Amino acid sequence: MLHLVLFLIFGAICVAGAVNLLVQRHPINSALSLIVVMGSLAVEYLLLGAEFVAAVQVIIYAGAIMVLFVFVIMLLNAGKEELTSGSRIALLLGIPGMLVSSVLVAWVLLAHSGTGAVPVGALPGPPKIIGWLLFHDFLLPFEVTSVLILIAIMGAVVLASPPESVQQSKKEG
Amino acid sequence: MVSVESFVIASIIKTAIALFVLLTAVAYSVWLERKVVGHIQNRWGPTRVGPFGLLQPLADGMKFFFKEDITPPHVYKLLYLAAPVIAVTFALTSISVIPIGNWITVAGVRTPLQITDVNIALLIILGITSMGVYGVALAGWSSNSKYSLLGGLRASAQMISYEVSLGLSLIGVLILSGSFSLREIVDAQGGTFWGFIPRWNIFQGQIFAFFIYLMAAFAETNRIPFDLPEAETELVAGYHTEYSSMKFAMFFMAEYANMITVACLASLLFLGGWHGPLFGPPWLQSILPVFWFVLRVFCFLFVYIWIRGTLPRFRYDQLMAFGWKFLLPLAITNLVITGLIVALKS
Amino acid sequence: MVPLSYYLVLSGILFACGVTGFLIRRNIITIFMSIELMLNGVNLSFVAFAAHWHALSGQVFVFFVMVVAAAEAAVGLAIIIAVYRTRETLNVDRVNLLKL
Repeated sequence: MLHLVLFLIFGAICVAGAVNLLVQRHPINSALSLIVVMGSLAVEYLLLGAEFVAAVQVIIYAGAIMVLFVFVIMLLNAGKEELTSGSRIALLLGIPGMLVSSVLVAWVLLAHSGTGAVPVGALPGPPKIIGWLLFHDFLLPFEVTSVLILIAIMGAVVLASPPESVQQSKKEG
Repeated sequence: MVSVESFVIASIIKTAIALFVLLTAVAYSVWLERKVVGHIQNRWGPTRVGPFGLLQPLADGMKFFFKEDITPPHVYKLLYLAAPVIAVTFALTSISVIPIGNWITVAGVRTPLQITDVNIALLIILGITSMGVYGVALAGWSSNSKYSLLGGLRASAQMISYEVSLGLSLIGVLILSGSFSLREIVDAQGGTFWGFIPRWNIFQGQIFAFFIYLMAAFAETNRIPFDLPEAETELVAGYHTEYSSMKFAMFFMAEYANMITVACLASLLFLGGWHGPLFGPPWLQSILPVFWFVLRVFCFLFVYIWIRGTLPRFRYDQLMAFGWKFLLPLAITNLVITGLIVALKS
Repeated sequence: MVPLSYYLVLSGILFACGVTGFLIRRNIITIFMSIELMLNGVNLSFVAFAAHWHALSGQVFVFFVMVVAAAEAAVGLAIIIAVYRTRETLNVDRVNLLKL
């Protein structure tokens, strides 16, 4: 019972945050509502017993990736989004589209899947076992992601560094 | 097994005491800093209010409270008001998983000296401290002032960069103790080598990790020599330039609460937590661990202030180069060597 | 006890919000955040299925999604900075020429 109440509360916060992300016109407000979504998702993970995933969600997603987003918004001094004619049409079509697809998903899942309950906390994800899985069953994907990260680091450095002409003029000037 | 009622009551009492002690500690670490820095610079520090200026924190609090609360007209109001609250909330929350001593029995209820004992305590602290960046970053952005913006940008870049080294320096300790629970990490450090060297992690080969942690922690808490986000010679006051009165006091409290958290974490992870010689009657034996723990935290805070009174500030590019080109490789090397030693031993 | 379908509905709604945001917004940073929202919705269903089928590999998959998201965020934000440097705008409607 308590689990259901907690699920509903944090699920509602989640959905509210996601909708707020859509309707806010300033990117920093969207970023903050995304942080709220991620925080309440971490609570949902805790309810499912995945404590390590919840902690990593807060550290990596809310604490690192979103800081990067906020940093870029601050750096580029992004202002309010301007409304073009295309975006008005998109708004008119998009909001009903989102509602319809959400209702459709909810209806399909609730009507056609069995009401098999997830025993809450029945599958604790202790860090030890997750680590064991990561280094035995998923060793190859794990190593491949490390290469991916390395490529991403180099790509980000190359893309974000100013073009050579700018660097040249700085050196001369 | 304790009953639910006694558990709830014990938790409430512990939370209230922890919050009171933490806030007092925050206030008196400000006093300590003014006093120590004063003596380092051949001054007396606060002396007027009370004996040795001991009532100075109270006077400071009153002063903050009665100052005019200015909200500049050009700020982004919602985030401007939320930023100090975010900063101070996350700074105070991390105390909830920090243990300060062994189990004690009060009025028939046996309880650990910790608000809550969870098995991923260290991850929770890392998560909370990584959320603390938002207070600083949003304050810098929402103030709509160039000094604040530069301070906020510097703070967020610096905190993301040094968090990597900070996390990697802790993993060596985690490998040695095999647990995320702070209580188990401390328990793994009991006993001595050859009867006189304590088995603290710092003596188990984690001395480099300790220094990496020390430096990364200075950067994480925006303290000299890494206090670029609030460098007064170039940025007025950095991210809190536009803040006054209690809102400024909140940032101040958040900074000192973060210092205390970092000091607690250092003594738990590297310096053996509350282990120390126990003697005397039973009541003294139950109090002594807390005393040893507080002594370590005090020493760590003293080092903090000592360095503030001694070192000049880094330049910003030096700070970034130091973090990425020196601390990070050192942390990775330490991690690899620790892992190899543990693997070869087992 | 919370039925599995509730978790799936929540993750479906989050995913739908993400898709909608991706389509209707014009600020490139907000579009990017919508992608993160979709990834988060998928992560929730991974964890819920892991609890349902008693298979921890669902939780391990969440890590891979997070790693990919982190890599994507780093590269994507670098691209955004590069675009802003040449075009001085974050509006995707104004970034419609291959050459300046």
